[in-house]
Amino acid sequence: MDSDDEFMSGLSSQDEYFGGVEESDDGSLGDEFDEDNPDVGFSQDKDMKPGKKAYEVDFKVFSPEDIQSHQDKQIDEVSAILGQPSEATAILLRHLRWNKERLIEAYMERPDSVLETAGLGPESAQAPTTKVVKGFTCEICYDDTPRLETYALKCGHRYCVDCYRQYLAQKIKDEGEAARVQCPTNGCHRIVDAKSLDLLVATELKSRYQVLLTRTYVDDKENLKWCPAPNCEYAIECGVKKKELGRIVPTVACACKHRFCFGCTLSDHQPAPCSLVKQWLKKCEDDSETANWISANTKECPKCSSTIEKNGGCNHMTCRKCKHEFCWMCMGLWSEHGTSWYNCNRFEERSGLDGRDAQAKSRQSLERYLHYYNRYANHEQSAKLDKDLYNKTERKMTGLQSTSGMSWIEVQFLDTASQALQTCRQTLKWTYAFAYYLQRNNMTEIFEDNQKDLEMAVENLSEMFEKPTAELAALKVDMMDKTSYCNKRRVILLDDTAQNLKTGEWKFNVDVTMGA
Amino acid sequence: MAALPKRIVKETERLMAEPVPGISAVPHEDNLRYFDVMIHGPSQSPYESGVFKLELFLPDDYPMTPPKIRFLTKIYHPNIDKLGRICLDVLKSTFHTPFLQTPTRLTRAGNWSPALQIRTILLSIQALLGAPNPDDPLANDVAQRWKEDEQAAIQTAREWTRQYAKA
Repeated sequence: MDSDDEFMSGLSSQDEYFGGVEESDDGSLGDEFDEDNPDVGFSQDKDMKPGKKAYEVDFKVFSPEDIQSHQDKQIDEVSAILGQPSEATAILLRHLRWNKERLIEAYMERPDSVLETAGLGPESAQAPTTKVVKGFTCEICYDDTPRLETYALKCGHRYCVDCYRQYLAQKIKDEGEAARVQCPTNGCHRIVDAKSLDLLVATELKSRYQVLLTRTYVDDKENLKWCPAPNCEYAIECGVKKKELGRIVPTVACACKHRFCFGCTLSDHQPAPCSLVKQWLKKCEDDSETANWISANTKECPKCSSTIEKNGGCNHMTCRKCKHEFCWMCMGLWSEHGTSWYNCNRFEERSGLDGRDAQAKSRQSLERYLHYYNRYANHEQSAKLDKDLYNKTERKMTGLQSTSGMSWIEVQFLDTASQALQTCRQTLKWTYAFAYYLQRNNMTEIFEDNQKDLEMAVENLSEMFEKPTAELAALKVDMMDKTSYCNKRRVILLDDTAQNLKTGEWKFNVDVTMGA
Repeated sequence: MAALPKRIVKETERLMAEPVPGISAVPHEDNLRYFDVMIHGPSQSPYESGVFKLELFLPDDYPMTPPKIRFLTKIYHPNIDKLGRICLDVLKSTFHTPFLQTPTRLTRAGNWSPALQIRTILLSIQALLGAPNPDDPLANDVAQRWKEDEQAAIQTAREWTRQYAKA
């Protein structure tokens, strides 16, 4: 992918994402726009010459071998430029966090100081060996046995081989260090190079060391991230920068099929941008259950808004905090209740109305949150149920083969359908978090319509899964139609939200710039 | 309990034979990895003429990991918290989460080296008393005060020394 930065000014940013040919499956909008006119005000115009949708980003999946070979290639390349052996080049590159340009520039300017800070110092060519030194006492274990095998890096700090081994094992195994293990001497920043490690480290630790080294490569590169799925060893390359996360939701799919957001490595949360997701999850963690209970069981003091639970007794409430006296039933001033104590039958009195007003207002925000939360949670729950269904799908597919005489290939539509269901539910779930933070305007109506359409499509498809296996064969065409309709609705929804996100058309009631 | 490593034996012997001025460290008879430590407050510091008690423990993998040290005497210092824990780089080994795959960049927090000793660590702590560092605080309230009104903070440190760290 080209560098984003050159294109990032205003609307033109879309150009790079949408080169290529017209795609047919969402041609509902856009066809009538003049694609080549750079002056049109609406971003859609450009986005409609797709090949790629507004919500899609370029990414590449790297296997562990790919990562290794990429590393090796870069090391070779830089090694040739610097005229340094590849071990030293590897250390230099890791030292400068794989910033090739910076390394070359710095090295050309002042090679000695670069080597020094990377722990390489003046070079001597011989291979490292352990040595027996006369009259030696190891400063770590204080062993002074004669003929003790010792080792020192080029800095000359010498320790016995046992201590060195133990030290390296501690660093590699317990502390997970690899590329930047330093000499054991306090204040000595010499890095233990690969050759020394080869000499000293036990074989079973070597593979761990290699893994850690490879890992630093991915960790250090801003455009590389590990797939967060358990036991997945792949890494993803994606050019989306952190500062763009307010406008793009970079969703990537690993070779292991796990779909996740490149920005925050949480699972796919389109269309909501990372910062909203973060705030939403935090809010849900703090609020949801508590809020449910509060809403069901409490009222607020009309004066100071303290939350009050009435756990028994009469309607004459005295707020413990502000000493305000009011009636639990009508929320009006108790003093205005006259003689009708303990039996509130008043309704239209002024003070009661005010009290209920204040109450209503503060409850409204809670209600609003719960509205979105319940739908969010519902889709999460349904996705789980659908997943169970997915596990049963396989059995259904086998059953279908035997009852209807269909081939394995012919029953694949069930698998496709259930995957579509999962993906769409995931999207739907996040549309509710997204909507919670959205400020109302004309666009939110389009959004809500899209949301509703997708939701209906999903529920229709979900329903079909519950049909007995025997009926499924007859429903095949219908189900395939519904599956593709679901996917289409999802694409439309995501495309619309992503475009508006990119152009900053959505107005949120919180800050969406990342790092806030 | 396994035999005490030569390193610890030797270090203890040296600590006894050539004690550091203003510092003493005595191992418990029943646990030679556990030391009672006394540090005299450095002169020209708010801790002058105070004697501070600390406990020091050498963990199993010492010297590959740093000793565990804690102040027992109450002290008013921005890098020492209410529980006596000390914020000093040489007391930490490098923090890392080796099994976590998420590429969070972890900083090198620790500066412990197995070539350091009990003696050098205690000297570092004594030096820390002479030069509090409110920019890297452990006790936030103390550090805050140290920055806002150094004179008053030093005064409090003096009073605490007089009150709790009597010789």
